[in-house]
Formats: sequence, C-alpha cells, structure tokens
Amino acid sequence: MKKDLISIMDFNRDEYMRIMELAADFEKNPNQNLLEGKVVASLFFEPSTRTRLSFETAISRMGGRIVGFTDSSSSSVTKGETLHDTIRMVNNYADLIVMRHPLEGSARYASEVADIPVINAGDGANQHPTQTLLDMYSMLKTQGTLDNLNIFLVGDLKYGRTVHSLLMAMSQFENPIFNFIAPPELAMPIEYKKYLDSKGIRYFEHTEFTDIISEADIVYMTRVQKERFADPIEYEKVKNVYILRNSMLKNTKENMKILHPLPRVNEIHVDVDASPKAYYFTQALNGMYTREAIIAHTLGLK
Amino acid sequence: MAKTKLKVSAIKDGTVIDHIHTENLFKVINILGLDKIKNQVTFGMNLESKKIGGKAIIKISNKFFEQEEINKIAMLAPNANLNVIRDYEVVEKKIVEIPDQIVGIAKCFNPKCISNFEHMDSMFTVVSKNPLEVKCHYCEKINTKEQLIIK
Repeated sequence: MKKDLISIMDFNRDEYMRIMELAADFEKNPNQNLLEGKVVASLFFEPSTRTRLSFETAISRMGGRIVGFTDSSSSSVTKGETLHDTIRMVNNYADLIVMRHPLEGSARYASEVADIPVINAGDGANQHPTQTLLDMYSMLKTQGTLDNLNIFLVGDLKYGRTVHSLLMAMSQFENPIFNFIAPPELAMPIEYKKYLDSKGIRYFEHTEFTDIISEADIVYMTRVQKERFADPIEYEKVKNVYILRNSMLKNTKENMKILHPLPRVNEIHVDVDASPKAYYFTQALNGMYTREAIIAHTLGLK
Repeated sequence: MAKTKLKVSAIKDGTVIDHIHTENLFKVINILGLDKIKNQVTFGMNLESKKIGGKAIIKISNKFFEQEEINKIAMLAPNANLNVIRDYEVVEKKIVEIPDQIVGIAKCFNPKCISNFEHMDSMFTVVSKNPLEVKCHYCEKINTKEQLIIK
C-alpha cells in the first residue's frame, strides 16, 4: 500500500520519531541522491513561496526533478478542469505529488484519486502536516526530547491550524503541559480542550501575555490576523497585546526557545531576533531537512 | 388480527416503513431509491400519530431491506420502524440504527470543503450518536445534526 502524508494524525508516535531520525540524518548530509531518476510533481493551486521553495530545495538536494505549477493561474484549473482530472493526469507522469490547495480536504481526495503518494503541503485552513513535523523536529533538536515539555501557544488559537496540529501531535508524547495565551475571541476551540481532557493532559488558559512564560520550554507564537475580527475596533484593542519583546525574556528558562511558523508581522519584536532564544529562522531551515525526511519516508527510500 | 379502517391499503408481502416525519417523506423515498424501483409503492402523509405528530408511512410490495440500506435514513427518520410483512402479517420488526459511516447522502456544511466542489461522494464518520455529530472524512470538520444537509 502506498504511503501518503495528509493529516498529522495519519502518523503515530513511532513514525514521528522515524521522521525525526531521518531529518537529523539529512541535516548531517543534505545532499543525498535518493531521488535520482524520479520526478516529483509540485502542484501549488495557490501560491506559497516559503513552503514551495522549502519542498523544491529538498527535492533538488535529493537529486529529483520537479514538474508542476506555482499557482493555479498557470494551470489548467483556469480552464475549469476538476481536481480529479488534474490529479489523474499528473499521476501518469510523476512518482510523487506535493500539493497545496485552497480547499479543505483536497489533499485527502487527491490521495484517493492517485496511485502515487501524496504529501499535503497545506489544504486551506485544515492541515499542514509538514509544518507540524518541522516544528517537532525543532523542539526535539533544542530540547533533546519531546516528552515533558511545557508548551506556550500564543496568538490566534482559534483559526491557527499550526497550533491545532501541534497540540494533537504533541499529545502523543509523555506528560506535556500546554498554556494557551489568546484574546477571548481567538481562544482555543472547545473540541481541542475536550481532547486534552480525554487524555488527562494539563492545560491552562490566559488572556494576558505577561511574565508567565518563565515556566516555558517552548513559546510558539502565531500571527493575530486582522481579517479574523468582525469588528475592526476589537482588532485594534488586541493587536498590540500579544507582542513578544526582548524585555519579557528576562526570567525565562535557559533552554527556552521561541518558535513561529512565519511570516511574522509585528508579534515578535525585532529586538528579540538577536536573542539566543529566538529560533524561528533556524526552524525554517529545519523545514528543509524534515521535508527531505518525509519524502524519503513516503517513498520508502530509507 | 382484526384491522379496522386502513388509510393506506395493506400489502401481502413487503415492508412497511412507519413513523417518518411528513416533511421528510420524499427525502426518504429518494434516499432509498423508491422513486426508481418497479415495485408497487403506496404512501400516506399527514397521518395522525401520538408519537411524532403528522407522520408519514410507506408500503413497498415485495421489497425487503438489508439493515445497511435502512440505516441510510437514520438521520432523517431516527424513530422510523420497519415491519416486514409476509402474507399480510408482521413477521419481523426492524429499528433504524445510525451507521458508523455516512456515505453520499449528506452534504458537508463547510463551504470550503472539497466535497462541495468535485463530483464525488461525501463521507462522514459518526463521532457521537446522541446528539448526532459526524466528522467529514475530507475537511475533518465536525458537523452537528442541524448543520448537516441531506442531499
């Protein structure tokens, strides 16, 4: 049976650890000719420069060739072709599909249409599993373990798919503690809190972003997006409340690291960038190793 | 058994589906494909019922359903019961049960779900039977009974 990566919960703890192991191997030696003679379809039905460059660099460093498109205006989608037909066609040509699509569930559907493996590079607001795996790799690298971590999630916890996937994935490890910091309008949805309750995992909710991060091993920042607010006045009220500044790092733990899926706007002040606790740019680089690992794993090359 | 006035005529062999809400009658007919079969089908609607108020009833001659087929109407007619008739007598009663998976008959409420754009069957996994909550196999959103739209 072919192996896809559509949703973070498609993998279990052992597979997460296997990906981490492979990512560490690719970090030591990023150029491995495992994809020689193989063609990877990179189908970006909506633009995402960051994710696409990370994937395409990973493929290139593995010696693979890339076909595809960078947004749907340069594909047959503009002629009214269904996703089904695009995938059937690409299935004839390539050995692997990496796809980004604005509709939720599109990657799952594509994986059912295709005979070749599909890696989801983001399907609307639903899933972006390679982001979650690179977040986990960044945590493992900086903390030495994925067990017993105190993880602070800050910003838009209602709509942010990265925080939801991270919460689900980290719940598979031993004894995590979650702290949620968000305005009430963007609080963590009830279904995720119920999930943590069902697993007996501790979590705490805060609306103020103050010096409570002193307990944190990981501070995971996200963007509070203006378009999420029905009332622009509400946005103006909160937009400057959830900003991380260097002065707030004073009492934090030695091992603490700040992560962010990027792009950031103003939620991490530039004065944090020089801190050894700022990890977000290295986190992006870890993405490339993690994607090499995911490609190798789905194609069974390692 | 003495029968007094029957509003919908009796059948010799077949199935009687009782306790359907009147407003769902035609959807039930549609989901079970009764509009396409050659069997004799009679139905009544706006009949009196102590249990559900204006009820509907369907009688299908020489047709016997598998439990799986019957469960398709669970979302529309959770109280429905089926009487299997042989030689004018009820020989078996069946109750509708909510299946573990709901395929093709409901529409995901998420306007950005792929299943609302492609020519494909919708698919849901039942996460709770009472109250009914299902998870879309594609966009992974939880749909409540009120949010689900029956095609």
